Amino acid sequence: MGGRMNKIVAPQPIPSYLHQSAAVRARFERLKAREVILEVRGLSKIFGTGERSTVALNNINFTTHRREFLCVIGPSGCGKSTLARIVAGLEEHSDGEILLQGKPVTEPGSDRGMVFQGYTLFPWLTVKKNVMFGLEINGKGKDEAEQQAMQWLDLVGLQKFSDAFPHQLSGGMKQRVAIVRALANQPRILLMDEPFGALDAQTRCRMQAHLLEIWRKIDITIVFITHDLEEAIFLADRILVLSAHPGQVQEMIEVPVPRPRTSAQFLAPEFLATKARLEELIHQSKPEDEDAESYSMVVRLADVNDNVE
Amino acid sequence: MKWIRLFQVLRPLPPHARLVAGWLSFVLPVLVWCIVSYVPFVWHPQVRITNPGSVEFLQPGMRMNYAAFESEVEDAQRENRAPPQGDLANPIYLPAPHEVAIALYESFREPPLAQNGQWLHQSLWHSIQIIFWGFVISSIIGVPLGVLCGTYAIFSRINEPFVEFFRYLPAPAFGALAVAILGIYDGPKITIIVIGTLFQQVLIIANTTRKLDVALVEAALTLGTRNTKLLFRVVVPGILPDLYRDQRILLGWAWTYLIVAELIGTMSGITWFITQQARYQHFANVYAAIIIIGIIGLGTDMVLALAGRRLFPWDRSLVKTA
Repeated sequence: MGGRMNKIVAPQPIPSYLHQSAAVRARFERLKAREVILEVRGLSKIFGTGERSTVALNNINFTTHRREFLCVIGPSGCGKSTLARIVAGLEEHSDGEILLQGKPVTEPGSDRGMVFQGYTLFPWLTVKKNVMFGLEINGKGKDEAEQQAMQWLDLVGLQKFSDAFPHQLSGGMKQRVAIVRALANQPRILLMDEPFGALDAQTRCRMQAHLLEIWRKIDITIVFITHDLEEAIFLADRILVLSAHPGQVQEMIEVPVPRPRTSAQFLAPEFLATKARLEELIHQSKPEDEDAESYSMVVRLADVNDNVE
Repeated sequence: MKWIRLFQVLRPLPPHARLVAGWLSFVLPVLVWCIVSYVPFVWHPQVRITNPGSVEFLQPGMRMNYAAFESEVEDAQRENRAPPQGDLANPIYLPAPHEVAIALYESFREPPLAQNGQWLHQSLWHSIQIIFWGFVISSIIGVPLGVLCGTYAIFSRINEPFVEFFRYLPAPAFGALAVAILGIYDGPKITIIVIGTLFQQVLIIANTTRKLDVALVEAALTLGTRNTKLLFRVVVPGILPDLYRDQRILLGWAWTYLIVAELIGTMSGITWFITQQARYQHFANVYAAIIIIGIIGLGTDMVLALAGRRLFPWDRSLVKTA
């Protein structure tokens, strides 16, 4: 989706991405007045030891409030997935601390749900049993778990697939089940690591709208990792922009696009302004673009007179 | 049909060709056997005497090399004696297909040769029991150990180096030891099967367990799964179809140790039958017994494969290979 809007000329001059309408500003004030759910302080992650070590994340600081939708964006290699995995407790951090409602995070737990990029539904369980899995693990009785699982499946419109196995579902359906499987545990926070990355463009658009719908209906704070600028702007309240090598916070952007969001807003001035700012940040963060350099190296193999442009 | 379609890299065959090729895999070896047996000028290095003529040491039914027969005929003709007569024949150790087929049929009808002898099916049943108990005992130890080694690095480190070492020791080498400890009957035979299977089993199952998609484990972790629940509710069900496939391969492995195992102590089972028949030069019966082992092995595996498809309806790799 990257540069599809590049050639479209905005009808009026693009305002600053920092400019917020009164309604948006009021929303952000309400958002920030809510209690802090996740606080990341001075977080660092170093892979390896000694000379071979690389700094994946360097001194990351941010907070999210209850029912906030936070997107984390950055070029590949900025450690955004690592950040999600550390918050989930799947990876240890080297320095700093992560506080979930004030309590430090040390290991994975059902208070932090996670949706992965790959499909991670348990293939040996039916859709319903996948959703019941977390409930049963955390001590719910079978009947209660089943009843709740059916309600969750209803939320994403998959009740009639409850007895299907994951391999019988499409990619988008699998991720919908994965989302409600994570939500069924009623975590405080839902971590999503490029969950729609493997989906085709159309399915991905539907899933984004779907996710906003779910987020609106339930009390959940979402931290959503992506490399897709438009996806981030469309979904997020705020966007945490990371730079690569090492992963550092460049800016925390408050998205000025009003809610509820629709696909029509892709052409709204606030949207374009935010996108321009994101592009600026992401591009300046990788000065030595190896790919760009190698383009000029391509030797012309077609006839000189046979021009395509 | 375009022939080129039969030679596509990493592509499945058309269904019809698949079926035909499957049958050919059995028909072709039998066809070779038929040609060698029934076409006189292919091989047939011997002569089977029908009429000894004037040669005193010959008897009807005897086999002798073609060159020797020729020289006897020449000698007789030179001395104006009646020459011996005979048909071209293969050596006695290569019976024709129809002889083996008859032997196969008769072996279930004819009473055993020796007075205290066993019928073929009794010998087979004994062998099957040896295999069964060997495989069960090996699996009771090997499957849990393999899964533990694959799941927890500590078990892998503590076990696998020794298992790697031990699996190179030929199982029959423990034959004498097993007899000294367990006597001469079934004990040492089962032990040989266990030794032959167990160590491979641990390593293979540990590897299978390690191939489980780690993302499934991570997903379970973020759902709040801990410790033994992770093992029993994620790792074990996750690897079950592959573990089942491993067990099928290992069962075949156990069969290959059968003959050696049955030679230990008092000879028993199908090995006893085969040795006995060979001693009487009833080679058709020997082939019959060997073929039956194959049929039982293949039959069991096909039944298990079919059962596997029923047991693990979610398993995609079965669909791919089927």
